[in-house]
Amino acid sequence: MPIEVNGKSLEVDEEGYLSNLNDWEKDVAEIMAKEDGIDLGEDHWEIINFLREYYEEYQIAPAVRVLTKAVGKKLGKDKGNSKYLYELFPYGPGKQACKFAGLPKPTGCV
Amino acid sequence: MAVKEFEKPELKEFTEVPKLENEATSHLAPFKSKEEFQSTLGYPGELVDNWEDAALDKMGDLLKKYRSLRVYLDSCIQCGACTDKCHYYLGTKDPSNMPVGRQNLLRSVYRRYFTLPGKYFPKLVGAIDLTKEVLDEWYSYYHQCSQCRRCAVFCPMGIDTAEISMAAREIMDSIGVGQKYCNEIIGKVHKIGNNLGLPEPALADTLEGLEEDVVDETEIDVKYPLDQKDSDVLLVTPSADFFAEPHVDGLIGYGKVFHQAGISWTLSSHASEAANFGMFIGSYANMRKLALRIREAALDLNVKRIVFGECGHAWRVAYSFLNTLAGPFDFLDPKYPVPQHICEVTYDLIQKKVLEFDKSANDDMVITYHDSCNVARASNMGDIIGGQFSIPRDIIKATSNHFYDMEESTIKEKTFCCGGGGGLLTDDLMELRMKGALPRMEALKRVVDDYGVTHMAAICAICKSQFSKALGYYGFEMDRIISLHQLVGNALIMNKKEL
Repeated sequence: MPIEVNGKSLEVDEEGYLSNLNDWEKDVAEIMAKEDGIDLGEDHWEIINFLREYYEEYQIAPAVRVLTKAVGKKLGKDKGNSKYLYELFPYGPGKQACKFAGLPKPTGCV
Repeated sequence: MAVKEFEKPELKEFTEVPKLENEATSHLAPFKSKEEFQSTLGYPGELVDNWEDAALDKMGDLLKKYRSLRVYLDSCIQCGACTDKCHYYLGTKDPSNMPVGRQNLLRSVYRRYFTLPGKYFPKLVGAIDLTKEVLDEWYSYYHQCSQCRRCAVFCPMGIDTAEISMAAREIMDSIGVGQKYCNEIIGKVHKIGNNLGLPEPALADTLEGLEEDVVDETEIDVKYPLDQKDSDVLLVTPSADFFAEPHVDGLIGYGKVFHQAGISWTLSSHASEAANFGMFIGSYANMRKLALRIREAALDLNVKRIVFGECGHAWRVAYSFLNTLAGPFDFLDPKYPVPQHICEVTYDLIQKKVLEFDKSANDDMVITYHDSCNVARASNMGDIIGGQFSIPRDIIKATSNHFYDMEESTIKEKTFCCGGGGGLLTDDLMELRMKGALPRMEALKRVVDDYGVTHMAAICAICKSQFSKALGYYGFEMDRIISLHQLVGNALIMNKKEL
């Protein structure tokens, strides 16, 4: 089932992750988030942008600890933990935030 | 992203055997593997035209290759001892999740085509034709078995349902019906070296970050080396240890142990995965190819020992099969077992008083221990009878003051699966995973209520990830699952250096 974004039909996999990374634009995240009942605010975007930057460099989403540390450095220590990330992305920062950011789902024993 | 709604099981004081609900979870089946994942593993991309014949040929091959499979299919006396032993039956109420029900799915086809009475009088012996409906049932229910082998503990004939599930999955793969989760992951290990698809630069960056964290925390320069030639130990650990919580706290603990003991060690970017999903799909060829990466890394890095991190089925494959899959390991130091479990290493160092602990560092926790199925029922540790049970517990007791076991019928060789093992730790099976976690959650609740247990330690990456989800689902806090070596890392006194 493709998703409709700004008049374009974008292919996604069975779980709603974008099939083609290059299809991503900001509205993709907005539309996916709305479907999950989340209104993206600045806090969400900080995470989504970091995920995309990291992916660009390393071709993989960052480890949870790498992410929490980066968030802690940028937004203050009280936010550099999983609890904060789960508040933003209740289904898990690794999976839900990656989906909004257009990255593939992390696989394995995670 | 939301998981489809399903009825939430109620946590009871004791696990109750539920009233049967036929086909309660016949709707569950994981996503099928696409052509690209199938072909990497050497399987057809989609259901082949002559699939009935091909499936029966494959079954015939497996029956010849594995005598155990034929014995298991022949020897069930339908006594019923297994019927209430599977966590998936207890959680789903579906009789096809009774081990005998699951076995019978394959057994009835086996009888039809491979036994004399089944060929001539199928109805009299419960033999059925292989049809598309049967194949769909196989796909559903052989992906509702976590191959945990609890049923085999209770079977008077010793039938191992896990091997029947593995055979069924291999038959299905060979005719083009594979499971996405397992097969995509195996392909990633063949290509990149680990289940996550974590490339070397990302791994190096992650480990550097860990070193910074540990220095910040302890002011001790603990290293997490990658691809360091001529190290004594090659540590092979699940890639979840690099990526997820609470797994990474275990990895931090292993590093502290090696540091304090003065053992030089390294991780490998080539063998950056302990898990061997080849076992889950019953594929010897894939299991071997995955295991060979470890041999290659050990030779390339010129190490003396191979140690496995906290990963349940990795330890089964390593303990039981590594030597025949990827041996001989005559190039390693014969003074040490090949391979060794990180718990054995830590335990030995505790016995020799190389490691000492300040147990009060873990005083904020009251701990229980979850035996992971593949460690409990398919391996050993330390060459001690029951060492796979006593060694992890002895480590917990050496590193903390408050430990309570869960109820006897839910631990050690009778341990309940976390609900996510055997290649089922995937979001498309969330209903099964949550229902299958029920017996473990009930046993946990009792020690929480009776002894004030706050944390459950485990030595398996799948268990840790599964419990992070299941704990939240059943009303516990998700961070109450911890790595065993997190306790070790917390309490280890790090000022002494000499051996």
